[in-house]
Amino acid sequence: MRAAYLDKAESNVDGSDVAGSMGKQKALGVGSIADGPLDPMAHRNSVLYKLAHLFGQLPIRAIAVGAISVTIGLFLWHWATLYKFNYFVNFEHVPAPLLVGDAFSRHFFDPAFHTHVLVSLRRIFFAYSIAVVLGIVIGLIVGRSRTARSAILPYIEIIRPIPAVAWIPLAILMWPTEEASIIYITLLGALFPIILNTVHGVEQTPEVLVRAAQSLGANRAQVFWHVVLPAAMPSIAAGLAIGMGISWFSLLAGEIISGQFGIGYFTWHAYSMINYTDIVVGMLVIGALGSLSTYLVRLITRPMLRWNRKLR
Amino acid sequence: MNLGGVVSMEKKAGRRLGEKQSTSKGQISIDNVSISFGSGLTKKLAITETTLNITPGEFVCILGPSGCGKSTLLNAVAGYVSPSSGKILVDGKPVKGPSPERGMVFQQYSLFPWKTVHDNIAFGPRIAGYSSTECKSIANTLLSMIGLSNSAKCLPGELSGGMQQRVGIARALANYPSVLLMDEPFGALDAQTRLMMQESLLNIWSEFGTTVLFITHDVDEAIFLADRVLVMSASPGSIISDFRVGLERPRNPEISTSEEFIELKKQCLSQIRSESLKAFEGSGGH
Ligand SMILES: Nc1ncnc2c1ncn2[C@@H]1O[C@H](COP(=O)(O)OP(=O)(O)O)[C@@H](O)[C@H]1O
Ligand SMILES: [Mg+2]
Repeated sequence: MRAAYLDKAESNVDGSDVAGSMGKQKALGVGSIADGPLDPMAHRNSVLYKLAHLFGQLPIRAIAVGAISVTIGLFLWHWATLYKFNYFVNFEHVPAPLLVGDAFSRHFFDPAFHTHVLVSLRRIFFAYSIAVVLGIVIGLIVGRSRTARSAILPYIEIIRPIPAVAWIPLAILMWPTEEASIIYITLLGALFPIILNTVHGVEQTPEVLVRAAQSLGANRAQVFWHVVLPAAMPSIAAGLAIGMGISWFSLLAGEIISGQFGIGYFTWHAYSMINYTDIVVGMLVIGALGSLSTYLVRLITRPMLRWNRKLR
Repeated sequence: MNLGGVVSMEKKAGRRLGEKQSTSKGQISIDNVSISFGSGLTKKLAITETTLNITPGEFVCILGPSGCGKSTLLNAVAGYVSPSSGKILVDGKPVKGPSPERGMVFQQYSLFPWKTVHDNIAFGPRIAGYSSTECKSIANTLLSMIGLSNSAKCLPGELSGGMQQRVGIARALANYPSVLLMDEPFGALDAQTRLMMQESLLNIWSEFGTTVLFITHDVDEAIFLADRVLVMSASPGSIISDFRVGLERPRNPEISTSEEFIELKKQCLSQIRSESLKAFEGSGGH
């Protein structure tokens, strides 16, 4: 690579203007990554490599296998409901996929259904945002201070295993409005995975980096901001993604309280009206929104983790 | 290039780049220091009653078998561990904790992996409150000094081990410390890279003129670099001999074949061999 770099730099001297400037650009591109013969990653900066990499990254095979698998699953579902499969698991009253699809396409253009989805999204947004801030702050403190850990850990250990549904009566009593109780229940779901992953990440901070920052003049807060937080970031990001999934899970429980709106409410309501098709529509919409928002979280945290992938 | 930031920084630090420092900063005095870890039955004495004086601008190497307490002594000067008894003064002030006045270079890679090479070097000045243009010019000056201007935007993970250690040295020097503490900084490098790093360190040192306290278990490295080589006893550690290296500077690798070098090496080796033997037998002698 070093030789190629030198060649290009030389062709820059005696080559024609256009070729010369192109050579220069390429040489600069290589030079900015490689500093000498020791760098094995230099070729990764070439345009060709990037293109090949991008194409190779498209998970065509994975997409194909996934699509086939889903088709088979739908077919099995269809088959089981068509022949009223009843052997240990009973499909007699399970709505057929076509019925569910039909109901979904009707709801898709129904403003009332849009309201349900929007109300739920808003609850997730508020609950999750609060959980992110609280979870990371508590996690950082617990991870770095022994006293805080002894004080806070008992609460975490006892409250964490309590399922969201169990909170409903108390949440109604504790909070002034229905909305607040629902957000509270949703928030709790997201909070614990974020706290625990942050603590885990903080514990993995290499002590030598903390010492290095201290010897460069960093005070406690600066060590937190410049060392502990970025070092914990890969683990925090994992916690954020898990927390998003669980907050949807808890939202469904919380919306039992709600008298009118929310996709969780929609699903519970369908249940009490014995409208099985709508139950499945509600379930699938929750599933889709849940995985979509988790993907969004991954997308947002990815740029902060670039250094971590480059280490590998 | 705009060097305004560097110049103003040097004024504050009381010295000028490219000129051997003539101020009296960088004096280390270790006075009857003992350091132990743990308490009760598990109490372990790592350093015992060590006294040592280092004059400003001196390059001192500490040699000793592994486990004898070299890192512990250095960490005490850095301010990471405090002595159980005795005093450590740097420029007359007692060491209370880590400080940018005492730059540290570690054996393991200790660059911030999420910051670029440039930002790693600019970290100290930035924490000290210099403006971003000042930080930039300090970082660029150091980058060109260590020959890595082209890698300014790289992440540490993209550099070789030797390059990373050069950045580590530059990062510590960006604060213009009066003392540079180095704990086996080239220990993990291959022999060839090591030799290059030693020469390059001497070049940088000749420009900065800071006091250097350098730990190694490599006799050749110690003699090649130092004004003074201190040999430590096996655990619990203390200084058992103090060799003055009279080899003239600037030094190049050929110096290691000179008579004076070989004579010094013999003396150091015989001291170390007897200490290593003690450590070996003390640990059960397998
Ligand atoms: N934080 C610590 N806690 C307990 N013992 C320690 C600690 N640090 C060092 N020691 C002990 O002190 C002795 C000296 O260690 P160290 O200074 O790392 O030796 P060296 O750097 O010369 O190899 C060793 O026996 C080691 O086990
Ligand atoms: Mg050591």
